[in-house]
Amino acid sequence: MDYQNKEKELQRDIIKMIYEAGSGHAGGSLSVLDILMVLYYDVMKTDPENPDWEDRDRLVLSKGHACPALYAILADRGYFPKEELWTLRKLGSRLQGHPDANKTPGVDCNTGSLGQGASIAAGMAMGAKYLKKDYHVYTVIGDGESQEGMIWEVAMSAAHFKLDNFTMILDHNGLQIDGSNDDVMGIGDICGKFAASGWNVIRVKDGHDFDEIRLALGQRCDKKPTFICCETVKGHGVSFMENDYGWHGKTIDTPTYEAAMKELGGR
Amino acid sequence: MAESMRTAYAEALIELGKTNEKVVVLDADLGHTTMTCAFQEQFPEKHFNFGIAEENMICGAAGFSKAGLVPFASTMAMFGMGRAFEQIRNTVCYMNANVKLAFSHPGISVGADGGSHQTVEDLAVMRCLPHMRIFAPCDPVEMKKAVFTAARMEGPVYIRISRPDVENITDENTPFIPGKANIVRNGEDVCIMATGLMVHDALKAADRLEEEGISAAVVNFHTIKPIDKDMILQMAGRVRAIVTAEEHTVLGGFGSAVAEVLCGQNVGFAMVGIEDRFGQSGQPEELFREYGLTPENIYDKCKMLLSKSGK
Ligand SMILES: Cc1ncc(C[n+]2csc(CCOP(=O)(O)OP(=O)(O)O)c2C)c(N)n1
Ligand SMILES: [Mg+2]
Repeated sequence: MDYQNKEKELQRDIIKMIYEAGSGHAGGSLSVLDILMVLYYDVMKTDPENPDWEDRDRLVLSKGHACPALYAILADRGYFPKEELWTLRKLGSRLQGHPDANKTPGVDCNTGSLGQGASIAAGMAMGAKYLKKDYHVYTVIGDGESQEGMIWEVAMSAAHFKLDNFTMILDHNGLQIDGSNDDVMGIGDICGKFAASGWNVIRVKDGHDFDEIRLALGQRCDKKPTFICCETVKGHGVSFMENDYGWHGKTIDTPTYEAAMKELGGR
Repeated sequence: MAESMRTAYAEALIELGKTNEKVVVLDADLGHTTMTCAFQEQFPEKHFNFGIAEENMICGAAGFSKAGLVPFASTMAMFGMGRAFEQIRNTVCYMNANVKLAFSHPGISVGADGGSHQTVEDLAVMRCLPHMRIFAPCDPVEMKKAVFTAARMEGPVYIRISRPDVENITDENTPFIPGKANIVRNGEDVCIMATGLMVHDALKAADRLEEEGISAAVVNFHTIKPIDKDMILQMAGRVRAIVTAEEHTVLGGFGSAVAEVLCGQNVGFAMVGIEDRFGQSGQPEELFREYGLTPENIYDKCKMLLSKSGK
């Protein structure tokens, strides 16, 4: 697959979805896109024809506000028609403002309340072990999200239960709603904290380098859960959204839409 | 002109920042949503952002109160009332701590964010906690009074801050006495008791009823707890039917509070509210129609009760 071209296409989808919806979270969707692309195009065992396939790998997007990135990929993979993307956040749509597994084919779990997704994902991994299933469970959290106490309860339990079928990926874009992590609530040496909790810790220096992400996802460790810290850029791909916390959840108006599309090679 | 309830909340806090040296403001990474960022700008030393850690913020607020300060803790209702419920129950209320909880984005007027963010149960949850007092202002002018009043009161207070911009229907001279509902409009046949945004719809419904010669009173319950029993019983003795209206589930909320007082009274009663359903994505106006939170539905319920009672 031509990743570069596909990335541009999906970035345009994300911008168009949020523009059409009149609201939504562009910054965090663009920062997590490349991670989700590697998972859905390369790494995870899934079957768009059979979204509920029992033995599929699971993805819980714990930072649920970034669901436009997930929806764009699911549509591209054929879980539902692409035209449905433009119904995002509208009354009656299968594409809710935050992921709803009962409505959207291919969405493995409801999220939106930060912290909960990671914990549900760890529970899924425990369930798989209990049932002697060999599917893998992935979850993606935000760095702001890592401030939730629940994340640290999972840090403990996933190591305690030796969940080597569980991978937590941190979308480390350095920003949240009220500013940078450092200004709002410093998260400290997060890799060190996970390592100290007994996790297999891997750092991805460029969370927009497909090869580096793919390589990291291949490095599992017996009897330990894996924590992958990806250094990312919030708003990645649209110059004026990059590294600006103001673009966390701002409405995309028409001039902004046109400027973004132009940069992304759209009409 | 429609104005923002959240901006009114922040302006009231700024006023308090100037006049009450005990007031501090706590956030959980939603200062740009609740608008407390405006307070932070003026009083950075009186503002504490806990990051995305609501439980820590709520117990932290109780700690501030133990030092004699008056903390206002703000976030969205879902994450304050929801995530930190037990902290509110066992620390703030059980200990009767002097903590003010001001949570935004209640109800389905949240809109496109969807059901995960639309808190339709906060009144029910907060109402069952001893020591808790609940304000649900209907407009920006009333919001400011609620904030000033909460700062003067001892003990836990919850202020419900609606998301949409609304017109002012109260003014500077309208009284704001905790536990005392305000008659916005007099009437003899039916009484619409409303809270928060639904006061606006109640007035529209009353207009329509009046066009048909039905005299409808409208009462604004800015306080949900303690509920104004005297007002409810007085109205029960005067009108033939009472209809409540709230942007909240009908299970355990404002309508239920009124029903608890009305029990055994000889008056028709119906509730307008959300019928045991979660919210969903959509524009606020569309959702209000979908969930029956409309002047038409209030009007229909009034007519239905009056026809039963023989008019
Ligand atoms: C429990 C909870 N508290 C607050 C929020 C509101 N909220 C949504 S996104 C967000 C910031 C998230 O920051 P981060 O995790 O860094 O996400 P990213 O930068 O990847 O978008 C907040 C506070 C929420 N959804 N859930
Ligand atoms: Mg972030």
